Amino acid sequence: MKLKGAQIIIETLIEQGATTVFGYPGGQVIDIYDALYMAQDRIRHIITAHEQGASHAADGYARSTGEVGVVIATSGPGATNLVTGIATAYLDSVPMVAITGNVPNSLIGRDSFQEVDITGVTMPITKHNFFVKTIDELAPTIREAFRIAKSGRPGPVLVDIPKDVQQAVFEYEAAPVVEKDAVPEVNMDAVAEAVKMIAASERPYIYIGGGAITDEAGEEIAALADKIDAPIGCTMMGLSAVPTSNPRWLGMEGMHGHYASSIAQNEADLIITAGCRFSDRGTGNVSKYAKNAKIIHIDIDASELNKNIKAHLGLTGSMKKILAALCEAVEEKKLPEWQARISELKAYTEELERQGDEITPFTAIDAIMEAAEAAGDDIVVATDVGQHQMWAAQRFEFSRPRTFISSGGLGTMGFGLGAAIGAATATGKKTVLITGDGSFGMNLNELATAVTNQTPVVIFVMNNGVLGMVRQWQTLFFDKHYSNTTLQRKTDFVKLAEAFGLPAFRVGQIPGQTCPKACDSCSNMDSCIGTLDELKAVLKQAFAVEGPVLVDCTIDCDAFVLPMLPPGGSIDDIIVDPTAKK
Amino acid sequence: MEQFVISILVANRAGVLTRVSSMFTRRGFNIDTLTVGETESPEFSRITVTHRGDKAICDQIVKQLEKMYDVKKVQVMQRDTMAARELLLIKVKHNPEQRQDIMSVTDVFRAKIIDFSQEALVIEIQGASSKINAFIELLKPYGILEMCRTGLVALERGGNCLKDE
Repeated sequence: MKLKGAQIIIETLIEQGATTVFGYPGGQVIDIYDALYMAQDRIRHIITAHEQGASHAADGYARSTGEVGVVIATSGPGATNLVTGIATAYLDSVPMVAITGNVPNSLIGRDSFQEVDITGVTMPITKHNFFVKTIDELAPTIREAFRIAKSGRPGPVLVDIPKDVQQAVFEYEAAPVVEKDAVPEVNMDAVAEAVKMIAASERPYIYIGGGAITDEAGEEIAALADKIDAPIGCTMMGLSAVPTSNPRWLGMEGMHGHYASSIAQNEADLIITAGCRFSDRGTGNVSKYAKNAKIIHIDIDASELNKNIKAHLGLTGSMKKILAALCEAVEEKKLPEWQARISELKAYTEELERQGDEITPFTAIDAIMEAAEAAGDDIVVATDVGQHQMWAAQRFEFSRPRTFISSGGLGTMGFGLGAAIGAATATGKKTVLITGDGSFGMNLNELATAVTNQTPVVIFVMNNGVLGMVRQWQTLFFDKHYSNTTLQRKTDFVKLAEAFGLPAFRVGQIPGQTCPKACDSCSNMDSCIGTLDELKAVLKQAFAVEGPVLVDCTIDCDAFVLPMLPPGGSIDDIIVDPTAKK
Repeated sequence: MEQFVISILVANRAGVLTRVSSMFTRRGFNIDTLTVGETESPEFSRITVTHRGDKAICDQIVKQLEKMYDVKKVQVMQRDTMAARELLLIKVKHNPEQRQDIMSVTDVFRAKIIDFSQEALVIEIQGASSKINAFIELLKPYGILEMCRTGLVALERGGNCLKDE
């Protein structure tokens, strides 16, 4: 049938399985929005407060489901507002298709109103991007965008479509959902080599990243760990790939990893890595990283092998298949000495992480998990970026994959609310956003989106009145020069939430408001912090709310994320107790 | 540091050169020379990049190139099995006393004078980069007004082609 370009765009999105898309209308996509209007019974569009929020929502949608997230924006500022969201998705290998309108072909290159070369801008932060010059290439290009976005190592693809192409008429015929590219066959010679390395190992450690989630390799990882008697550690992106309850699970390692996970990795004589790129946050100083270990590196992206860390053996392909082949071929092992050491490390970690009965970041998270369980909610957790993110990564317990939505590679403050809306929309599950007053302040306009759509998002603001992560560095490495991290904003998030139209609760006093002193000279912040009982009572009410709800909870501005490997440092520099340092 | 010659077969589409060269910039890989032109098939262009660095970086370059949508084939050329050439156009000052000297140098290097005017000669030379470098050194004393070199192009000797395999 003959359709307008704009209709072809929407039909192709529907045909490729998009049920909900996020975006914001504007001059050069008005035809697309007209087509959306006509197809509204078949595809849902959620308008956000800002294109950045839409891009994070599409990202959260994709991370929580594994499906391709779709975002639509107009030319110029609409398109550039997507940039942070696209870069966030790129660094964390999230499948996303961004559709942008552009000025008509006849106006391209003339610095026309709201014209920007968005394919040029996004070239280094997309897997690929397209400028659709003519109508005949429109549907094939969008299909190709989906194929690229979800194949191999996923990532964002941008399709820029000038307005005249949206208005032109062309024949359209629905096509099937594009298949992902085939992955390389398992290299059995390399598997045999890995089997030998495992047989020779006395202290193996399995180290997984986000690729393990993309490839749904959780079961294979757990099975291999059981067979070779190895603990499992992960990067932040690997959280939720294997249930936290797995007895072999040590959790996150690296800059703010659990003590046991980081130390065990350093003591290991063999590290089997799957779907992880040895980011500097995981390794610290690469010249001192895991010096005792041989490394087997498994990744779908061949360019990751030997990029950051030289591997003794590299395998390219599907983690699920390679790990299954490895698990089958390997001899069963029992390593009582190694297990005894792991138990010792775990016991010490537990001691380090033991909490009292006051509100701390960890007890607050424990209370959230309790409240969610009591309410019968199988939650998804989203975060912003900063201390709260690390606390959430360390403390939350996960039972299934794709339940921890967080910006790892790019570390995008302001990611959380949009992403939480996307995840809650996609899964229909209550999504808890752990955020801080700094990050939340960046994109809190998306409260409007949550209210309009009654999205089930529980927003938990860990409010300490400071930019806590930077403050922590300033405390440790910059002689307590609290340059521009003491916010003194006095924002009342409860009133703010009410203004947006969602219920909200506060636990404790607004930092810096009732107390005349700046937080950094305050010796008595404790008086601003509420009690754990108050918090529990508030959370019970919050989880009873159907739509969005906000809890503003004051925490200590000097609470640290620990342990910490200083930037550029190695495991020998691990900080467990900062007061013990100079 | 070793010099690597990397041949890249790419789709002949707008923006491909930018994509390839920006990947080098973004990943901190240096480019010594870069040439590009259409191949025997108008669907493809061939880019030849020379890069100085170690083998590990060269491997990374190849893998990063192979990931790119428009890149069809990448090959690191083997020094002993490649035919490689570069072209130089160079403009030198001349006066009657020096003219004969310049012409002798030109002859010895099998270069060619392609423009002759009162003030300057334009000389064309092609060959391996080392020969061109030597030629430039010899002309320096006469006063080089301007010059332009293409960078290396290379093909594998024998019947093998980049597009095969």
